[in-house]
Amino acid sequence: MIRYDVLKAIAPIVRGRLVVCNIGSPSQELYEILDQPSNFYMLGTMGLCSSIGLGLALAQKSPVVAIEGDGSVLTNLATLSTIANNPADNFTLLIIDNGSYGSTGDQPTYAGRKTSLADVARACGCESVVECAAEQTADELEKALASGSMTIIVSKCESGNVDVPVIGMDPCVIRERFVGEINRLGEARAES
Amino acid sequence: MATLTDRRIVDCLVENGIGFATSVPCKQLAGVIELVENSKSILHVPSNKEDEGMGLCAGAYMGGIRSCIIMQNTALGVVVNSLATLIQFYRIPLPMLISYRGEIGEKVACQVEMALHTKAILNQLHIPAYHFRNVDQLEDLDSIIKHSYMCGKPVAILADAAFWRSAE
Ligand SMILES: [Mg+2]
Repeated sequence: MIRYDVLKAIAPIVRGRLVVCNIGSPSQELYEILDQPSNFYMLGTMGLCSSIGLGLALAQKSPVVAIEGDGSVLTNLATLSTIANNPADNFTLLIIDNGSYGSTGDQPTYAGRKTSLADVARACGCESVVECAAEQTADELEKALASGSMTIIVSKCESGNVDVPVIGMDPCVIRERFVGEINRLGEARAES
Repeated sequence: MATLTDRRIVDCLVENGIGFATSVPCKQLAGVIELVENSKSILHVPSNKEDEGMGLCAGAYMGGIRSCIIMQNTALGVVVNSLATLIQFYRIPLPMLISYRGEIGEKVACQVEMALHTKAILNQLHIPAYHFRNVDQLEDLDSIIKHSYMCGKPVAILADAAFWRSAE
């Protein structure tokens, strides 16, 4: 399985949920598989997906899934210590670890060699860390969301991208419809 | 130990509805950071690096909480990309309270090196910058923060050594 297959497998689970998605191929592939107002696509800024996701999870109550890549997490590795020390039980960090910088031509990352992001996350103090095979990702994500506690999932998959177009949406439109969904979900939560 | 000046700064953040702050420490900002950490109105999430902090602030803002970053000017080189491609591109307001190291009164020579680039970087990014040299200028802080939210842009408050020396 490559990232695209993992995204396809988790699409039914993240449907209607707040998703912050990593720059480049992950966002472009998700946009093609499941575009929805509750997706926040990163059009730039390598490395900050997990930080945006954590900030969002700490600021409001709806569950947030941040879809990260191994290269992106390596760029901002200290994020794992911030996440561990400021736990948000509505936060799930899904690291799709294909061992390569997919968007730039599949150059290998250190996560595909000696570095275990799951071990780094544990060493940073993250309490619930799961490493799984790509095929298990949907099950693990479902479990994480049902657990009601912050979980880091490292999904090991093969490297490779699908040829999908660049996202042409205006960043302010992405932000506005995302905030609209955050508010709608918040109001629905307040009513129930 | 927080001073009266530190308290005025943090009160102003709270009065403007800022409920989320991230920081990377600076000696001059120690009192502000201490008050932010102890504030019941502000959730303080320290960052390891300022670009991470920009991500946290963007997330908190979209989640409905006004956010700010507390940092040193030396880190402006670190955050250029995050400011341009996240904060400005998605039009997220962000007051940046910056200790302006390397100005007149500085004791560490190396701090001068980034001080020389501080205003140039902010100018290049078209970020409004307000240089505080004296504690009397604090009366502008409220309107500077309001300006950030009015226009949906980052603003920089540069508080130099003379400012902190004049602190009450
Ligand atoms: Mg990768």
